[in-house]
Amino acid sequence: MERRDFLRRGALLAGGALLAARVAFARADTRSSRFVLVILRGALDGLASVPPLADRDYAGLRRELALHAAGEAGGALPLDGFFGLHPSLAFLHECYAARELTVLHALASPYRERSHFDGQDVLENGTPRPHALQTGWLNRALAASRAPAAREAGVSLGQNVPLVMRGPASVTSWSPSKLVALDDDTLTRITDLYAGDALLASRLADARAADAIASGEGAGAETMIPQGTPAAAKGKARYAETVRAAAGFLRRDDGPKVAVFDTSGWDTHANEGGAQGQLAGRLGELDAGLATLRQELGPAWQETAVLLLTEFGRTAAINGTRGTDHGTATAAFLLGGAVAGGRVIADWPGLSPRALYQGRDLAPTLDVRSVLKGILAEHLAVPSPALEQEVFPESFAARPLRGLVRT
Amino acid sequence: MPESIASAIAANRFGLGARPGELVLIGGDAREWLRAQLRAPPPELAAPALRSSAQILAQALELRRETQAQRRQSVASAAGAPEDSAKLRLPQFLRPIYVAEVTARLQHAVSTERPFIERLTQFWTNHFAVSVDKQFLAGLAGSFEREAIRPHVLGNFSDMLLAVETHPAMQLYLDNYLSVGPNSPAAQRRARREKPRIGINENLAREILELHTLGVGGGYTQKDVTTFAQVITGWSIGGEGARFGAGEPGRFLFRPELHEPGAKVVLGRRYADEGFGQGVAVLRDLAREHATAHFVATKLARHFISDEPPPQAVARLADAFARSGGHLPSVYGALIDAHEAWLEPLAKYKTPADYVVSSFRGLSVPVEADRAPLAPFEVLGQRTWQPGSPAGWPDRGADWDGASGLMKRIQWADAVGARLGNRRDALLLAPQLLGANLTTATREAVAHAASAAQALTLLLAAPEFMRR
Repeated sequence: MERRDFLRRGALLAGGALLAARVAFARADTRSSRFVLVILRGALDGLASVPPLADRDYAGLRRELALHAAGEAGGALPLDGFFGLHPSLAFLHECYAARELTVLHALASPYRERSHFDGQDVLENGTPRPHALQTGWLNRALAASRAPAAREAGVSLGQNVPLVMRGPASVTSWSPSKLVALDDDTLTRITDLYAGDALLASRLADARAADAIASGEGAGAETMIPQGTPAAAKGKARYAETVRAAAGFLRRDDGPKVAVFDTSGWDTHANEGGAQGQLAGRLGELDAGLATLRQELGPAWQETAVLLLTEFGRTAAINGTRGTDHGTATAAFLLGGAVAGGRVIADWPGLSPRALYQGRDLAPTLDVRSVLKGILAEHLAVPSPALEQEVFPESFAARPLRGLVRT
Repeated sequence: MPESIASAIAANRFGLGARPGELVLIGGDAREWLRAQLRAPPPELAAPALRSSAQILAQALELRRETQAQRRQSVASAAGAPEDSAKLRLPQFLRPIYVAEVTARLQHAVSTERPFIERLTQFWTNHFAVSVDKQFLAGLAGSFEREAIRPHVLGNFSDMLLAVETHPAMQLYLDNYLSVGPNSPAAQRRARREKPRIGINENLAREILELHTLGVGGGYTQKDVTTFAQVITGWSIGGEGARFGAGEPGRFLFRPELHEPGAKVVLGRRYADEGFGQGVAVLRDLAREHATAHFVATKLARHFISDEPPPQAVARLADAFARSGGHLPSVYGALIDAHEAWLEPLAKYKTPADYVVSSFRGLSVPVEADRAPLAPFEVLGQRTWQPGSPAGWPDRGADWDGASGLMKRIQWADAVGARLGNRRDALLLAPQLLGANLTTATREAVAHAASAAQALTLLLAAPEFMRR
């Protein structure tokens, strides 16, 4: 069965204005919109996360790793009849049913090579080329946004700020600490000492602002992880902590409205697993973390859109070590109370040998910048000229995908 | 340029941070202090606790076999608890090895009188990065550095490259030990029995081209990646897994039965099939490529000169690399001679590891195994040998100068100040550590601190100590 869906036009044509007017009462305006970007570093296997179960070539390419149809034991979770969802993504599936999840498939950044590091650079810098800019699209979008922001418009959960969040807008970073906070006198002296150093002065001010918010949220100290805990369990605990911290910042009215964090472990070259195994475990952790995010955000979830992106996909066929090598197009997830969900948006290119990009990868039919432009315009009030110029230079062909969030 | 600035640059940017007395020792000829360090063979890292990769890996493989057997047994008897304890046995075996290796490395970095060599060593380890977040690597990252990097740091790039790619740690980290030629004897046998397909894994081949030699954009294609992956099929590890039989456990092993037969073309050159020799020939040629010289030169210049190094300086380093056939001391010599390296005294923002090591050196902080020498690296966000990706740690200021990262450094500095405050004189140390970089503001702040502990904290938090 070959199928080319154009679901993206869907329900948005009729009654859109009416819907918008009604929703405006239900939720606040863009001033309270929250946005979370999660970067999945290492190239998420889109064909394993969102398997195209009804594509006639899928099972042959994935062989022993192919997921079974929805309803069978260990089978995928049902989406729209064509695509399924990996069985580890139970919370995402719940969101889909509640129309709070949109799955985007056959999506790619403009990058067409297969280096993780250049791929991530393009995904974050917002241009068609690696290393073309030293700032990120999200920061430039925050700088251009019409929505009023706190002193720190965004927060990066981690010690440092990833490229996507670097740039002219003031952002901070925060991570839990095992260390003891400084006494005020020492901190004041250090602040004075940095008076002549613009970079350190600004970083220290950002850190103090973030700490003030975090301590207000009771998120100060790092959870104790017992010695000898296996690395995997440690990573899981840190991830849960990161998610809780992100929620702590976002749910406040006076805090940053945009948060970024990343996860790794998606580079499944060997023994990737199917319904169970390596990738299934990672997806399960990701899914559980997102459930925690919803819970911790409380009512703010209704105003939140969470976008999960990865640098590129993986080979359509499995390789010789029951894994997948670097590919091209992949899947992305947009979820949250602010999302007009319950849809899979895919202009599906198919998986026949002729349809595959360079004979090996899922071919891209949707530019990630179209998705980002749509979200930034409608959710974060970024004006269109800024999107086309500063935020995503040389991106005119990637038209904004409208209607992703409830406006 | 006054020589006092040159000595501060030599100690702090080329070295690992001045120890008390080091700037005086460097004296008037900073370049000669660096050149002298290149003249003797590289120091070995020796401690009774350190064992070879082969020993560690053989034991780890044995342990995994036992654990798996136990798991099968406990599944058969439907008992849950023994499985959990079995799962912990491998990490419990690997962790003390990791701790001993990190301790030995830190002890050496803190005490060495040839800090330039140690910085170069760590540069190369990061260039050929493995990461301990993958199973077994926690036990192998240290021995990998001792066996594949240290012996070649003053040798030839080509030899280091070969040592790295044939090391079991790299074979494991980038999955090559499992990669099988589709027309190899093993694959053919398997196909006859209609078992699940086995074949190549292109992970190591791609990263050798992208990260170890030519660099991304260095002129290779997807076809080169795939063919090169076939060239190095059969590069494997003895005793790994039941799939491919034995061999000497824990050592690199070429397995002809996994090797893809036939001549192959990589980067336009044809390589006759000589089994193991085919891959060696490709690596030798890769080491001689112009793109490799340029890539290595760029990374060295970024590390030792500035985040965005001047193209002329990079060109001179690449030229030294190419003309000497990858003779590393010649390249280091060109680096020392580069006038661009001596213009800006504090051109680089320290990484967390730089920050910790320079603090240990500057304050003579004792490295005691029982005080968990890993902790500062972990707390400041740069756990030793855990860059998390084969690209290694990034090397630009913007990658490390986050607000939270800065606050953690300051908090850690405060803890160090509290611990050592009464036993170190910050005012005396300030000029010894920072030399010509010491500003009046920092000297005043240290001099007027409310306590000896706070004085040390301010010294370590000073802008000129955050950079090198």
